[in-house]
Amino acid sequence: MKKSYQSLEVNLTNNMRQVIHRILSKNILRFGLIILLAFTTTLSAQEEDPAKGKSLFNANCAACHKLDKKMTGPALRNVETRLAESEGLDREWLYAWIKNSAGVIKSGDAYANKIYNEYGGAAMTAFPQLSNEDIDNILAYTAVDPCVTNPKPGCPNYVKPPGETDSLEGGNSGSISNEIILGALAILFMLLAAGLYLVNKTLRRFASAQNIELPEDSKRTPLWKAFVQNQFLMIVVAIFFLLSSAYFVYGYLSQIGVDQGYEPVQPIHYSHRIHAGDNGIDCKYCHSSARVSKHSGIPSLNVCMNCHKSIYEVAPETATEEYSKEFYDGEIKKLYKAVGWDDAEQKYTGETQPVKWVRIHNLPDFVYFNHSQHVTVAGVECQTCHGPVEEMEIMYQHAPLTMGWCINCHRETNVNVKDNAYYDKIHEELSKKYGVEELTAAQMGGLECGKCHY
Amino acid sequence: MSSNKKYWKSVEELNENSSIVETLKQNEFVAEIPTDEFLGDKETLQETSTTRRDFLKYVGFSTAAASLAACEGPVKKSIPYIVQPTEIIPGVANYYATTIADGFDFASVLVKTREGRPIKIENNTMAATNGSANARVNASVLGLYDSLRVQGPKKDGESISWETFNAETTSELTKIAAANKDIVLLTQTFASPSTSKLVSEFSEKYGNVRHVVYDAVSESAALDAYQAKYGERALANYDFAKAMTIVSVGADFLSDWQGGGFDSGYSKNRVPDHGKMSRHIQFESNMSLTGANADKRVPLTPTQQKLALAKLYSYVVGGSVSGTLPEHIETAVKSAASQLKKAGSKGLVVTGIQDVNAQTVALEINEALSSKAFDPKTPIKTRQGNDKAVAKLVADMKAGKVGAIIMSGVNPVYTLANAADFVEGLKKTKLSVAFSMKVDETSSEVQYIAAAPHYLESWGDVELKKGHYALIQPTIRPLFDTKQFQDVLLKWTGNDVSYHDYIKEAWGSTILGESSFNKALHDGVFVGTIDAEIENVAETEETVEEPSGNAARALAASAKSTEGLELTLYTKVGMGDGQQANNPWLQEFPDPITRASWDNYLTISKADADTLGLTNKHVANGALNGSYANVTVNGVTLKVPVMIQPGQAKGSVGLALGYGKTKGLKTEMQTGVNVYVLYQGFNNVQNVTVEAAAGEHEFASVQLHNTLMGRGDIIKETTLEIFNTYDKEDHEHGWNKVPKVSLNHEETPVTSPEVDLWDEFDRSIGHHFNLSIDLNACTGCGACVIACHAENNVPVVGKTEVRRSRDMHWLRIDRYYSSEESFEGDNEKKDNISGLGSSLSEFGEMENASENPQVAFQPVMCQHCNHAPCETVCPVAATSHGRQGQNHMAYNRCVGTRYCANNCPYKVRRFNWFLYNGNDEFDYHMNDDLGRMVLNPDVVVRSRGVMEKCSMCIQKTQKTILDAKRDGREIKDGEFQTACSAACSNGAMTFGDINDKDSKVAKLLKDDRMYHLLESVGTKPNVQYQTKVRNTTEA
Repeated sequence: MKKSYQSLEVNLTNNMRQVIHRILSKNILRFGLIILLAFTTTLSAQEEDPAKGKSLFNANCAACHKLDKKMTGPALRNVETRLAESEGLDREWLYAWIKNSAGVIKSGDAYANKIYNEYGGAAMTAFPQLSNEDIDNILAYTAVDPCVTNPKPGCPNYVKPPGETDSLEGGNSGSISNEIILGALAILFMLLAAGLYLVNKTLRRFASAQNIELPEDSKRTPLWKAFVQNQFLMIVVAIFFLLSSAYFVYGYLSQIGVDQGYEPVQPIHYSHRIHAGDNGIDCKYCHSSARVSKHSGIPSLNVCMNCHKSIYEVAPETATEEYSKEFYDGEIKKLYKAVGWDDAEQKYTGETQPVKWVRIHNLPDFVYFNHSQHVTVAGVECQTCHGPVEEMEIMYQHAPLTMGWCINCHRETNVNVKDNAYYDKIHEELSKKYGVEELTAAQMGGLECGKCHY
Repeated sequence: MSSNKKYWKSVEELNENSSIVETLKQNEFVAEIPTDEFLGDKETLQETSTTRRDFLKYVGFSTAAASLAACEGPVKKSIPYIVQPTEIIPGVANYYATTIADGFDFASVLVKTREGRPIKIENNTMAATNGSANARVNASVLGLYDSLRVQGPKKDGESISWETFNAETTSELTKIAAANKDIVLLTQTFASPSTSKLVSEFSEKYGNVRHVVYDAVSESAALDAYQAKYGERALANYDFAKAMTIVSVGADFLSDWQGGGFDSGYSKNRVPDHGKMSRHIQFESNMSLTGANADKRVPLTPTQQKLALAKLYSYVVGGSVSGTLPEHIETAVKSAASQLKKAGSKGLVVTGIQDVNAQTVALEINEALSSKAFDPKTPIKTRQGNDKAVAKLVADMKAGKVGAIIMSGVNPVYTLANAADFVEGLKKTKLSVAFSMKVDETSSEVQYIAAAPHYLESWGDVELKKGHYALIQPTIRPLFDTKQFQDVLLKWTGNDVSYHDYIKEAWGSTILGESSFNKALHDGVFVGTIDAEIENVAETEETVEEPSGNAARALAASAKSTEGLELTLYTKVGMGDGQQANNPWLQEFPDPITRASWDNYLTISKADADTLGLTNKHVANGALNGSYANVTVNGVTLKVPVMIQPGQAKGSVGLALGYGKTKGLKTEMQTGVNVYVLYQGFNNVQNVTVEAAAGEHEFASVQLHNTLMGRGDIIKETTLEIFNTYDKEDHEHGWNKVPKVSLNHEETPVTSPEVDLWDEFDRSIGHHFNLSIDLNACTGCGACVIACHAENNVPVVGKTEVRRSRDMHWLRIDRYYSSEESFEGDNEKKDNISGLGSSLSEFGEMENASENPQVAFQPVMCQHCNHAPCETVCPVAATSHGRQGQNHMAYNRCVGTRYCANNCPYKVRRFNWFLYNGNDEFDYHMNDDLGRMVLNPDVVVRSRGVMEKCSMCIQKTQKTILDAKRDGREIKDGEFQTACSAACSNGAMTFGDINDKDSKVAKLLKDDRMYHLLESVGTKPNVQYQTKVRNTTEA
């Protein structure tokens, strides 16, 4: 298998289709592995579904448990085997415990009381709504080999991601050969020129030796002088020069104050990639005022703490080449410091330090922009203006935020009139007037100066 | 040929032998250049390692660095909350109901806050009482952000802590109480049930406590009269909406008479409805706002007022009074009496004469008429001052009988005529404390200044009228280390609860009954069960049927004619009693009548001015200058500027209180003259001698004493009779004809499409905004002007700029006088002019206002013309038209050619001559970090060199539309508002969408009274005016 993979890699070129092919084959490979493992390791309970278990785990358990790390509750990787091996507790015990831990503790169960005291008397929430089957699924999930779901260095099936490959030959070899060819050609031309010069020289020597008068070139005005003397040409050149410099000056001036790509360093390295991308958190969960206000709002720190009270570190797989896990964990610590959260004691100290974020999207004062108009009324995706935020490790300004950019969108975008009684009448009448099916924002009046400038 | 002329600079040069000339030839600078100042310090010079070259390098580098740094945009920081309060969403306004009760203005209001900052005051439409904010209340929000506020308690000018303050004052109070000396609380009228309760608890604890209530502008006479008659110290409550014939003798009830707030009721009957409207007759000396609105105005001196009121009594009720009035006044009084009798219970008499007899007479006449407008159940509680108690207090203080004086909400050193006595008395008191927001005239004389919060930072309750309660709640956390009077009173009484809890407790036990406190707090108002009818103490069958008439006789007897002129002191709509003198909005607010800002002045009739040699003249830049006069009352002389006032009664002069403050306000705001020193014995009428003084005063008037010159298409006017009888287009009597223009030598109405230069744009789809202004309901009070200032970040420009006609008001209220007795007379005169000779002389005459002119007010803002002349001349298309009828102005596009202003027939565009928000020359709120807090974040602050004007509050219409879109619903009529229409509680301004055929404004567009300003120009404005109708029917 590994060999076939490598052979794929060898064939890698810049061809897009092949890239897709590779991803596909990789997925098939993984899928096959999972199925294989599912069949081999869980023979006893074939209906158990680790995928279902994962979603159940995330929904019910993840607030207090992690697979590999102690949190509010113990780490749960292979909990069933562990309990069976060390304590001799079976699945029935687990059913009872999960559905009503308080009951088990009350019954005087030794291990139950031990674990209860170990975790500071924090009672585990009872989950009577979970069926035995659900619990089976969860346990199946906890029993899945981490190497299967997420191969990491150290796993037998770990393969380096393509970005990390050390093969530099393919692309570079082409370019080197090109250079060689070009170099060779250059040398060839140089040799040719030298040869011609030498031939010329030799011929002249012959001529002088045989006293042949060489026709003398009549004294012509040099080219540049002729050029300068030609007024017409000078005027054309001057005009051309003025026009082109005007073009560049205009281009330069019109980009002043346009901060497209502005990517300032923030006091806390907040990664939209992790939050909006990997975790798929809705933009408006944090930027909630975008629904109702002109401002999208920078979330107050208590919003961060909704999750970060329990998420005190990033998962190891979140770390990238550039940013290590330690780095991210450090940034979470910065949040704790700002909000005054004592992670060890799990309580607020009351000593806060407001975070001074650097504002990225700055509209001039004379522009009125309202988020709720675009987000709630028009239903525009945040990404339309803010770009692929879910991929941005560091937030930057995606759009130029110039008036031309606004207006283009207003010209092209249809008004979202669905289920909106406000638009019913006006849309019907206006679309009849303009003879169109659907009105653009511009036709609705979205190009009028006073709509944004007051 | 060379000239032989010799040029010389001084005679000395002619002397050939002069040594000085020789020296001067060699030496340009006679005096030695003081290089020692910077080169003398040899040591430092030698020590420094900076060579001249280095210095130049540094200069070069720093210049380059500065210019490089300028290439980069500034880094903007955004700081979110740590824990965001749930009620605050950045960008969304919150509204809180509260009440202003500063001792002069009492009103239930809504406060608009943005990101926790109060930025605007609006009317509380839920309030049954005083729910309308006047100009001063609208401006009061700026007082919160006054940079000269006291930021913490002080002792003898040094800052101390509240703990020290409490400890020291408590021990001192205990000592004084033990020594059995008087402790005096000298306060404004609080009209607060909780404060009264608290004061009585304080009295119990310390004994010997005297609570003296002091109103700077006293209504004591009216209170005494009401108390004598009805047994309660309060003011009579009149609902002008129930009166069809109103006779006022010297009562300026449309501004501040007896606490004000009567205008919305008054306006209800001013709009002709089914051919009927109220009739208003005004007898007065000064030309007041009320007189300007009257159907008939009779100017007379204050002495004559007394007699006129007494006679009115005798004609209406019976009996006879002695004394004679000039014939025309006598006739007017008789006519007024017969009209009152005819109106019966729909009649109403009010008076502003500060005389117990006069007030009693007015009460008696109303009783005799059994006037429905008078409501004995709910007397007004917002004035409780007692002149006699104040006078006694000053005497006691001088005599050293007072041990401690604690003041709150008063500034007696500024407002008392005998302030010097008071200051002397203060020095004799052992403990003096002033609760004050400023280091003002009084608080700078006391030992302890207790820094008081603004009302927007305070808790409180008010009983505006009997049974009508209102709550004061803070809308922002205190900006400074302040404590309110009541909280400290609680401390002094040894009570540890906060005033908030105290009010809650007090309301729960006495006022609320079963109702919820939170609901009352939400509404801001609460109407309790009103006690059973107040029994008239003097009311026995006989007195009602046969009033004694003693009061009337006494009143007539007191009306003795005197030598010299009679001065009536009044308060201006803008300045009131002067406590908001540091408010630039109010200083720049032009007086509705004189149209002068930043000043008070002696108003005098033309005839008297001519006799005394006092003049007003117009100077080259169009501004007004006036002579000074020395005004003397009982030996006190003031030098005041003179404004010749059409309509001022001969033999009378007027002066406004509230100006001339010297402490606790910026230099720019120290305007006018303090005339409280003439307010002797709390009498607003004084005998004065006036004589011309040297010098010339420069006024800052936004409008001169213009007459309308018979130009009927500016303000259309008619009488009720003609209005009821003739069609508006009637050939002869038509009172609202559409102007005609000549098209191919045929008269064509200007509204017809053939005469239009422009193509019509179809505006029938979507919204089409119109603003309708009813000239009958508009009293000219100016609340809209300040509301517009607050909503639209209109800058204040200062006196010298206003004088140059560079005022920035987006909304102005033009005031016009008639040159004949009435505007109709003007029209007739104009129509009868024929020939050059007559036109030269008579047009000249028409420029002057009549002795007793008719007055008309007309609010003018951008008319949002559909065919706007300004739009076609803008070279950069900075001003353009929206489909919704608004004329847009893109400030960032404007290059400031001012063509648009030149081409505007209404002169409503305003040019930013300076960067008012970033120029130290303009030290008003916009140049002040604190003052900037009041700016509306939804409206851009304009910069220098751009034109600005009324936007028809596009930020508000857009918000209404967006709210509806977000909710997915249609917009109901009444939802669209502009700042001015929302501020107008008189119903004069109606805003809405004329494409909504059922809307009020669409109906008003079809009203017979509707006309457009300067319709003949063909601009098709989106602002409509409703023709003013006057009820001139006598009898």
